Amino acid sequence: MAIILKRKPLNFLERLYIPEVVRGLTTTFLKIFEKPVTLEYPEQRPTIPEGYRGVPTLVKDPEGREKCVSCQLCEFVCPPKAIRIIPGELGDDAPNAHVEKGPKEFDIDMLRCIYCGMCQEVCPEEAIWLQNQFSMTGYSRAEMVNNKAKLYELGGTLPDQHFKWNKKRDAAENGGNHH
Amino acid sequence: MEFLTNPLFLKIVYGVGVTCAIMGLCSYTVLAERKICSWIQGRVGPNRTSLPIIGSIPYIGRFLTRLGIFQPAADGLKFLFKEEMTPGHVNKFYFILAPILSLIPALTTVAVVPFGYYVNEIGEQIPLVLANLDVGILFIFAISSLGVYGIVLGGWASNSKYPFLGGIRASAQMISYELAMGVSVLPIFMWINGPDREGTLNLFHVVQAQEGLWFAMWMPVSALIFLVCLFAETNRLPFDMAESETELVGGFNTEYSAFKFGLFFVGEYAHMIVGSCVMTLLFLGGWQPAPFLTWEFFGVENGLLAAVLSVGTFMGKMCGFLFLFIWVRWTLPRFRYDQVMKLGWQVLLPLSIANFIVYIFVIYFLDTQILN
Repeated sequence: MAIILKRKPLNFLERLYIPEVVRGLTTTFLKIFEKPVTLEYPEQRPTIPEGYRGVPTLVKDPEGREKCVSCQLCEFVCPPKAIRIIPGELGDDAPNAHVEKGPKEFDIDMLRCIYCGMCQEVCPEEAIWLQNQFSMTGYSRAEMVNNKAKLYELGGTLPDQHFKWNKKRDAAENGGNHH
Repeated sequence: MEFLTNPLFLKIVYGVGVTCAIMGLCSYTVLAERKICSWIQGRVGPNRTSLPIIGSIPYIGRFLTRLGIFQPAADGLKFLFKEEMTPGHVNKFYFILAPILSLIPALTTVAVVPFGYYVNEIGEQIPLVLANLDVGILFIFAISSLGVYGIVLGGWASNSKYPFLGGIRASAQMISYELAMGVSVLPIFMWINGPDREGTLNLFHVVQAQEGLWFAMWMPVSALIFLVCLFAETNRLPFDMAESETELVGGFNTEYSAFKFGLFFVGEYAHMIVGSCVMTLLFLGGWQPAPFLTWEFFGVENGLLAAVLSVGTFMGKMCGFLFLFIWVRWTLPRFRYDQVMKLGWQVLLPLSIANFIVYIFVIYFLDTQILN
């Protein structure tokens, strides 16, 4: 259905242009003295709201342990197939040897990533997080692939509520069955 | 050292100086345009360009950089070094001629604009002007209206539709507004050339005639019509029909790039500067500091001091008008083409003629009844 907007006919002063022009000029003149609303980007950054889905990163828990156990769920769920994981064993002398597996290589191709956050959603270890970094640039395609070291550097450490693998170890040592 | 006092040499020095000043003023008007528009729009504007040594002076260097003082240099260099594109389908001769034609009239009219005066040994006021023509205002009208040929020619030589439409619009607009502009200044010259006064069309004498009331005060309608026509003549928003980047993708300068575009660009700003000069001279008392006050009244007898003060006052008023040009551009949207034509032919022209007729009677009455 068409909506007909009734416009008020202009009164005499409005049709003279000049008073309205002066009104417009006053508005813009007062604007000159207002603070700019823009940020000077590279130096000033916007505050990123919580829950923002930025560049996907790998995080460590507060004990400095890498959380990823290379289950490859993220690799399988990733819609554009941006994630590539080569799983590896942790080895018996690792401090967290009982976790058994960790990623040998972990690449996220940022030219493919669509920032959907499904990897974060699917991760059983809360190891992959889309954090607040929003700009990725590079001069070559190779540069735009984040490898494991880069992902951990971007991710840093996030607080952990569960310490799941500590509980598992304690349970195993005390003979109980945590499962 | 004989040649230093040669009047021809002095003229050349003065001419080069004026040209440099106008070009410098043009580039800084562009900067002012960018800065003021960004302030009006809540932005910061150009604030990065810096020069190696001056830019690193503490506080001052940073302040100047933030103000964008070095930006015009970067802009100018960009125009010089960009790739010069000449499309294959254009008429080469006229295509190159057009930007030159749009800049020359603007720089030529500067010659008859007096910027101030100095007082010589016998106490006479001598205008600081390149060519003290007796037909000053006619010269300005004649030459400045040639500026439109650059635009029309550019639009035609580009040989594609948007520039062509821009050129057509420019020519129609110029014709419609030039009439009202010419008629609106007639009362001034009727008053100056009244009985018992020495007849003149010289701009210097126009300013001298404003030692009392400025013309804008007792001829406000003339001043308003002249100002509106000036906006139209200089192709500034709200009358930038020829360019209208939103509908004609740049109008007459669509096909132009690099230095040829730069010439058009400088030409537009030079036109604006000359327009502001003429507006100041005709209606705002030129270098008179205030109505009913002159610099002589303040006891300025020294020639050099008078020159500095008068040029300063004049420049101040002119910059005020430049600010108005910029301010209006970032306030008003563009008129539709039919509105421009309507305003020109149905409003401004009849209004200026009516204004003229009214002032015929006013000036007749003043000259015959009151002053005698």
